[in-house]
Amino acid sequence: MREITYSVRAGDIEHGGTSSAWLKVELRKEGVSEDLARRAGVIAFEGEMNLILYATHGGTLRVAVDDSEIEIELKDDGPGIEDLDLAMTPGYSTAPYWAANLGFGAGMGLINMERTADRFEISSHVGEGTRIVCWIDRRKNDSSAQ
Amino acid sequence: MKLAEVTELLDGEILEGVDASEMIIDRAYAADLLSDVLALTDERTTLITGTISPQVIRVADILNVVAIIFVRGKRPPQSVVTYAQRVGIPVMCTKMTMFESCGLLYANGVRSCKNRPVTGAGAGCAK
Repeated sequence: MREITYSVRAGDIEHGGTSSAWLKVELRKEGVSEDLARRAGVIAFEGEMNLILYATHGGTLRVAVDDSEIEIELKDDGPGIEDLDLAMTPGYSTAPYWAANLGFGAGMGLINMERTADRFEISSHVGEGTRIVCWIDRRKNDSSAQ
Repeated sequence: MKLAEVTELLDGEILEGVDASEMIIDRAYAADLLSDVLALTDERTTLITGTISPQVIRVADILNVVAIIFVRGKRPPQSVVTYAQRVGIPVMCTKMTMFESCGLLYANGVRSCKNRPVTGAGAGCAK
């Protein structure tokens, strides 16, 4: 089992996605297939940008990998999501207008994470924060990977 | 089509990756919003976009995009071009719109990559 934790700063748009791009490289070094490293990268990128754009104090991106699975956890301490169903609706976004010029605010982030993962869990409490955990099953997927 | 032919067709300019001018461009995906880009499934796809933030290259790197075409006269800052060079993704720009660029590429045999349209509640389009 190897664990990697990245600290993500709130508002740091300039470096947004750097941790996820690095993560992909690290996972490849751990022997993860290209296809699964790519999927992990997609999940991590969406989560990393959410922390940058929405989390009051940023948060952490933690990834644990062993022979059976890749676990990706994103955690922040606020502000928390008021209506999870609404947040999970395709196209719904609370991104500021300026973010669209940089390519953000499609309202697809959480949905992309959910459908890229084999298993997805989200919990959020206003005033406490949000925790998302995604799992990619290596045993199920690696045989079909390139 | 070869990348060099695409550049000529779109009256564009290769900003990085002249060495890759023989690269075959046969599939493409066009979007400005990165989550829409991240929704594409296929590898070895060319990305057509009007977004020039550094995250475009990071997303392209994660997805194994083979080349990026910046449309509407958008020219990424040198730092973004340098980043593309570091990760080995050729980038070009054109003054044409996304619509014109896609139309011309399609007419010349480039096809859409497989993607995964959003389905289920809230997806909007019923068909």
